[in-house]
Amino acid sequence: MKPILQILFGCFLVLISWSCGGPSDVTNILIKGSDTEVNLALSLAETYMAKDEKVSIAVTGGGSGAGIAALINGKTEIANSSRAMKDEEIALAKERGVNPLGVVFAVDAVAVAVNGNSKVEELTIAQLGAIYRGDITNWKDVGGADMNISLYGRQSSSGTFVYFRDNILKADYAPSLKQMNGTAQIVEGLKADPAGIGYVGVGYVVQKDGSITEGIKLVRVKTDENALAYLPDKQENITSGNYPIVRPLFQYVNGKPSGELRNFMLYCLQDEGQKIVQEAGFYPVSQQYWAQNEQVLNFSYASSKTSK
Amino acid sequence: MLLVNGIRTFAEVPVGEFFFTNEWNPSAYGKSTYGILSLVASTFLVTIGAMIIAIPLGVGTAAYLAEVADSRLRRFLKPTIELLAAIPSVAVGFIGIVLVGPFLARVFGLDNGLTALNGSILLAIMSLPTIITVAEDAIRSVPNSFKEGSYALGSNKWTTLVRVVLPAAMSGIIAAIVLGMGRAIGETMTVLMATGNATEMPDSFFDPVRTMTATIAIELGEVPFGTTHYFSLFAVGAVLFLISLGVNLIAENLAARFRYKA
Repeated sequence: MKPILQILFGCFLVLISWSCGGPSDVTNILIKGSDTEVNLALSLAETYMAKDEKVSIAVTGGGSGAGIAALINGKTEIANSSRAMKDEEIALAKERGVNPLGVVFAVDAVAVAVNGNSKVEELTIAQLGAIYRGDITNWKDVGGADMNISLYGRQSSSGTFVYFRDNILKADYAPSLKQMNGTAQIVEGLKADPAGIGYVGVGYVVQKDGSITEGIKLVRVKTDENALAYLPDKQENITSGNYPIVRPLFQYVNGKPSGELRNFMLYCLQDEGQKIVQEAGFYPVSQQYWAQNEQVLNFSYASSKTSK
Repeated sequence: MLLVNGIRTFAEVPVGEFFFTNEWNPSAYGKSTYGILSLVASTFLVTIGAMIIAIPLGVGTAAYLAEVADSRLRRFLKPTIELLAAIPSVAVGFIGIVLVGPFLARVFGLDNGLTALNGSILLAIMSLPTIITVAEDAIRSVPNSFKEGSYALGSNKWTTLVRVVLPAAMSGIIAAIVLGMGRAIGETMTVLMATGNATEMPDSFFDPVRTMTATIAIELGEVPFGTTHYFSLFAVGAVLFLISLGVNLIAENLAARFRYKA
């Protein structure tokens, strides 16, 4: 018995000393937040860590709300958020001594999806809002079959949930909304439910070659009855501003970043980073956000390697 | 800690609104509402549905295992049933989304299977091993003299089982049922994945529901410390705790009445 105990004790000591201490010139960066952004953040982190050995980046999801809460609680370096921080959240952060500053590192379009067999082709923003508020309850009122509309959405921790509510509904969701745990569950639900409608980030359902995930159908969205309706599967529909449901994706930090953190965030904005952004199904940062990024990261788009 | 943090909710939320209204929307577009009635109703709906399925199945199986099965069958079945208890709740939730949900949708002609019934079936599967194991032990511990006396008076096996053995083991059976119910009330991951999480008050078993446990799990990740939303989640946890306590006390009371002084 005794030799076994000694060996186990020895292993225990090795484990302890291995996990604490060690060389401390490795910077640890924790990124937490948006599920919409999590795969993109992972790709960016992996390619950056391959280039720069002195940085170790860990990425987790949980929803934009979770990321922002972690930033306010001082538990993360970067909070990924697919929505802007609310005034109350900024006030709460300042009370806790956190100064949240946001950098826009990608632009996302939100696609509206229905079951693959649905007859509905296009919807106006007003109709979308009415459907999700619970004002319109039957598909026949918007050109579909005579079925009760089955609503799918995310949970309140999701930036996509908040963005959709604040910009499309401008009111609260209907209580019959099924709150799914993530984009994947919404897509699975839509594939099985003939009366379903849901909203997902475009990058999740449109592949690089323009093809759409099997089993669901993307709805063309138009701003009002007389406008043209656009499908978000082509990049030019989004970058030209024609597709109406578009939002910036943020990285929030506490105060102006410096050192390795700033280097990583600059990397995300430069050509290499923006290429990864596009491969993930999102769109490069449009010019309206450049001034904000320049101010937070203290650089200039004109003089650096970043182009359009 | 549950109570201390939970009570701080009532600094901002009126007690009546919390307990008696049914709109739970703490991060609302307009005014935040904190009514837990629909959450409590959902929890009860799912739990009672699970018990309706699990109690007859569980007690029946336990009686079969204890009295009727031959020892070879018992030696095989008992570990198999205990293995059911070892399935992680995420796996059961996954089965609910992928297998049971679509099956229910086909059978009942619904649009989708993410309903309270789905949750009840899954919870029944999870609490069955507990009920069976404890009830079976209770039935086996009924002294042989009870059964011998019953046979001596001319009863057959069925009458002995139903009229003599089961009533004698009743306190143990009730304990088994309460343990199973406790498991069903507190189960989080399974209901989170398989019941659809809609916050409205359910009308029937075929509506999507959101239980108290799922609410805490969903929202605790996104609340900054010290906000009313944060305290209200503790209050929900306290309510859950009190409900479990209440169920246990009632069962203890019932069990004491059936206890034989043998």
